[in-house]
Amino acid sequence: MFRRIFFVFLCLCTAVFSLQPVWAGSSDLSAFDGLSGRLTIAGGTAHIPVMKQAARQIMEHNPDIAITVAGGGSGVGVQKVGAGLVDIGNTGRALSEKERDKFGLKSYAFAVDGVGLAVHPDNPVNNLSKDQVKGIFAGEIGSWKQVGGADRQINLYTRDEASGTRSVFWKKALDKGPVAVEANVIQSNGAMKVAISRDPDAIGYLSIGHMDDSVSGVAIDGVSPTRENAKEGSYPVVRKLYMNTKGEPGKLARTFIDYLQGPRGAHIVSENGFIPAGQ
Amino acid sequence: MHFSETFSRMLLYTAAIVSLACVMAVFAFLVYFAWPVLAGGEWKDLLSLNWRPFQGHYGILPMILGSMYLTVLAMLVACPLAAGVCLFCSGLGPGPAAGAVKALVRFMSGIPTVVYGFVAAFTLVPFLRSHFSGSTGYCLLAAGLILGFLILPTIVLIGLSALERVDQELSLTCSALGLSRVQSLIHVIFPAAWPGLLAAVLLGFARAVGDTLIALMLAGNAPQLPGSLFDSIRTLTAHIALVVATDSQSQAYRSVFAAGCLLFFIAAAVNITVFRVQQKFGGLSRDG
Repeated sequence: MFRRIFFVFLCLCTAVFSLQPVWAGSSDLSAFDGLSGRLTIAGGTAHIPVMKQAARQIMEHNPDIAITVAGGGSGVGVQKVGAGLVDIGNTGRALSEKERDKFGLKSYAFAVDGVGLAVHPDNPVNNLSKDQVKGIFAGEIGSWKQVGGADRQINLYTRDEASGTRSVFWKKALDKGPVAVEANVIQSNGAMKVAISRDPDAIGYLSIGHMDDSVSGVAIDGVSPTRENAKEGSYPVVRKLYMNTKGEPGKLARTFIDYLQGPRGAHIVSENGFIPAGQ
Repeated sequence: MHFSETFSRMLLYTAAIVSLACVMAVFAFLVYFAWPVLAGGEWKDLLSLNWRPFQGHYGILPMILGSMYLTVLAMLVACPLAAGVCLFCSGLGPGPAAGAVKALVRFMSGIPTVVYGFVAAFTLVPFLRSHFSGSTGYCLLAAGLILGFLILPTIVLIGLSALERVDQELSLTCSALGLSRVQSLIHVIFPAAWPGLLAAVLLGFARAVGDTLIALMLAGNAPQLPGSLFDSIRTLTAHIALVVATDSQSQAYRSVFAAGCLLFFIAAAVNITVFRVQQKFGGLSRDG
């Protein structure tokens, strides 16, 4: 009996393996059949939930593959992949000309993400004009009262110099305007959410994919930072999320990138609150 | 017999040379990367109060001062506490309690830094925020208090061993002179152990200057000159952690090496001082 089951199983395996070339382009999990080895990923912190979910699915499907996902920020992603320390370096911004030339990197976009303003859920302010946002971050508007809130000081939170989230917010929401030096500097999207959710007077910005009920999104000029608005294009502060490889990716990295850019990947991307790059 | 002696000697020499070579390599590496900044006249720009990398200002003076303020504050928290704990454990306190305190301090030295930072971020920071207006809670005071607790075991444990060493030599003499335990501790043993105690304080200082995580998690990281204890500050170590991830071709990135050089020099200075003090006075107490 057991032997028969084993035989059927063997036949199925053979069938799957022989079919593989046909499916290779379909970006299904079966593309990972027969592959083995380690895939290391580091960089952008906005990417982490998507990367982790994909990694879990792949490793459950094929235990011969080990995928590790680390953060560090976009800058770390570039440096680690450039130095050959990881297979895929994630960035929440396009690479600079210098970075691309120096390391010979190739970029693969897989998702679009918005960067939204957020405050504590108890804060009644839910809409600011662009000038107000610029004023607040420049330190010229110091009290919530000046923008229709309680008579309390505004506690500013910004991101570190290496952050792709900071880069896009600074370019598209602040028009490269100044950020007050008093602003507290937070080093990841997750830590930003925690900081804002615990400070009733906080204002900061984070990836829309990371927003949940613990913080309250603030509309800029009446447009809320939601996935729907980012998708249809009315919300302007958006960026692409990239995976980068040094030169042509290896077989496993290539399959991983195809998977995330394919339909199953798009599903993971949407589930995590981002917009698949193809749409 | 002879062979094994030569062998173990070679092993020890190799270990010593490898560690020395590593330190020298780190130093050479830092200088190599910081050289363009130091030689190119960029250091003048580095020594300004203005860190606005996107407007072309790369001053790390606020971080140097931030590190100094934070370290001094942590020392102010830790030293009196450490002196009290040392006295308590070496004779002022009742035996069982002293043992318990000593065990507690040993346990404290094993707690990972991130646990201190995490707990403080959820307790001390909101407390400071709600009780002192104008502060976000992430500030010099929060980081200083916790950093003080972090370096306390270092100072206490090294200080205690210094006291015990002196105590073994002098306690009989003190008893013979009719001094009580408290009198001998305060008037004889504590003063006689000063080189060891100084070494303990200096090593605590080095640990405080070099700590990254507490400052990164609690000090707020704003690159500004603090006007009060409740202002957000950025230390040199936190600065390196935050900026090391930027585009490695940028000028901001190079400031990291200048900061690294500075920290290296501070660590070297502290260690050389400890070594000299030990060399000059360490033997004195042993000879009586």
